[in-house]
Amino acid sequence: MKIKNVLKGAVFGIFAVSGAAHAAHVTLNALFMAQAAYSEDDIRNMTADFKAANPGIDVNVELVPYEALHDKIVLSQSANGYDVVLYDVIWPAEFAQYNLLEDVTNRIDEKTREAVLKGAWTTVEYDGKYYGMPWIADTKFLFYNKDMLKKAGFDTPPTTWEELAAQAKAIKDKGIVDYPLVWSWSQSEAAICDYTTILSAMGGKFLDADGKPAFNEGGGLKALQYMVGTLDDGITNPNSREYAEEDVRRVFSSGQAAFALNWGYMYNLANDPAESQVAGHVGIVPAPGEAGISQASAVNGSMGLGIPSKSTHKEEAWKYIKFLTSEKVQNKYARLSLPIWKASYSDPDVIKGQEPFVNAAKTSLAVMAPRPTMAAYQEASAVLQEALQNAMLGTSTPADALDEAAKTIADMQ
Amino acid sequence: MISHRKTVTAWLLLTPMIVMILGVSGYPLIKTIYFSMTGAKLVAPDLTDSWVWFHNYVRALSSANFREAIWHTTYFAVISVGAEVVIGVMVALLLNEVFVGRTLLRAMLILPLALPTVVNAMMWRLIYNPDFGALNALLVQLGLLDAYRSWLGDPATALDMVIIADVWKNFPLVALIALAALQTVPKDLYEAATLDGAGMWNRFWRITLPAIMGPLSVALVLRTIEAFKVFDIIYVMTRGGPASSTKTVSFYVYQEAFAYMRVGSGASYALIVVLISACLIASYMYLIRKHGEA
Repeated sequence: MKIKNVLKGAVFGIFAVSGAAHAAHVTLNALFMAQAAYSEDDIRNMTADFKAANPGIDVNVELVPYEALHDKIVLSQSANGYDVVLYDVIWPAEFAQYNLLEDVTNRIDEKTREAVLKGAWTTVEYDGKYYGMPWIADTKFLFYNKDMLKKAGFDTPPTTWEELAAQAKAIKDKGIVDYPLVWSWSQSEAAICDYTTILSAMGGKFLDADGKPAFNEGGGLKALQYMVGTLDDGITNPNSREYAEEDVRRVFSSGQAAFALNWGYMYNLANDPAESQVAGHVGIVPAPGEAGISQASAVNGSMGLGIPSKSTHKEEAWKYIKFLTSEKVQNKYARLSLPIWKASYSDPDVIKGQEPFVNAAKTSLAVMAPRPTMAAYQEASAVLQEALQNAMLGTSTPADALDEAAKTIADMQ
Repeated sequence: MISHRKTVTAWLLLTPMIVMILGVSGYPLIKTIYFSMTGAKLVAPDLTDSWVWFHNYVRALSSANFREAIWHTTYFAVISVGAEVVIGVMVALLLNEVFVGRTLLRAMLILPLALPTVVNAMMWRLIYNPDFGALNALLVQLGLLDAYRSWLGDPATALDMVIIADVWKNFPLVALIALAALQTVPKDLYEAATLDGAGMWNRFWRITLPAIMGPLSVALVLRTIEAFKVFDIIYVMTRGGPASSTKTVSFYVYQEAFAYMRVGSGASYALIVVLISACLIASYMYLIRKHGEA
């Protein structure tokens, strides 16, 4: 009898211990990117706060370059690798088709739906379902060097793309800087983001009403002609054709450019004396518009956090996502990436010290143009990237390059 | 009877090895061939692997981009392996001489080899940087170049620049093998040849080269296979740009299978690459054997 009890106790004890151990040893694997938006330090600090508030959950943070993010998410699917992944606004169509991400529509209440920016929701929504929470609400802004503009006799930054080219020309002619404009036009998604911004300003469309490529005419063609024109006029740094976002930041921050198109994260970094030689002289405005068509332009460059459908720790993963995307955490880390919450944009703590950034964002985030929603986006984008490069390197005219890309994409569909 | 028993024992002893070889290379190869004739997708392959016969191969070979990539790869392989062999043999000849500091130089030869390819690629990216790269600084200061230029951003130079980075890293392998082979050449052969009045050039072509040809051809075959499947150095240095001028066939295999998730068509791309390098190696073997007979 006694022995039986002891045994019973032992068995219960083991269960209790293993139960506790189970609760204490959930380790989430989370995948982020190291390029624009939140810095690695920010992500690690947020995660440390989360772990402190949730003692049973441990988180492994992994950061990869943006260019590796998509393939990592896809490949990890067969290995059951991650519990939380950061993903780009252009992927949900494909991910939904292959059932890569958990549908979390039921986990998001009406109140949250109302409180978050509309543009941010498009990041995680596809076909009426939600595949995660938006986390980074971001777009491309026009950065300018106030000193250089003043030297060239301009009091205000440009409001149209024509004006931008004219100011750049004047700055070059006065010998203030060799190449006033710098962009991220390497053969990558970054170039598509710049192109989309200008395309939307000039009233272009990626796809027509029937879903057929339409970027090879109207605003789409004018946008590429504009880009190539600035190279021909010598006002765009020719190395832009091999630059990504961080190269743009480096060139602009070292005072080698008067204007740059880049994500919001550059504002506080370019104004930080430890990171920049032009700190204190950096202005930010929404990307320009086009006379008679648009006041300002922007591309939807938001990103969201989702749970891979094969994760075995979905509850804990959702807890982590809710923490990272919460208004409180986002307001605290609002220097490199602005919050997804509407209320944050009137929160004095968020605005303080970065009024121009928040003001520009208010305009830009409301006019964000989407890149096309299609399951084969990755491939279509690669085709278009090559077309942009061919035109910018002069191996093809903008019209020919875009016509060919449109034909290839139409055949693909 | 005894010989029969010996054969059985031999096969029994070989069985574990055969099973292992079939497991690690036979099965994947057959599976790849199977995939190459299906429309399998990377995710949920079971749902999508419809049988398509040779459609994937037809599509691959009729794609102008893929044919372009075959040309880039061939160019990369021929130029880089050629340069590696020439430089490697010359360095080996130098290091085979007796001089002060030879041991140090021999040790330094290993350094590029010891570097991971990704690190090597990042390093050369910095050297080629259009704004602050060492190559631009060197050429401008020597007066060979008027202004800094973009090496990896220009389709005319990008692939050659990647080749230089690859040659720098890989010529030591050839040099090392050639150096080892050189040490087996009997010295009296040279003495006899000198007595017969053979010059330096003649001695190299008639004694040295034939003597190291065997090991050298092993290096040649190894390097050609490696060069033909080049991926990592390109992925890091240019990601196939500018304007796809550095996209090699392996890059296409990666893109098809992992970025576009078409495992079936990716497998057909990969098998075409294997076929091309198999042909190359077969012709090497033929040439070497003919050389040996003559």
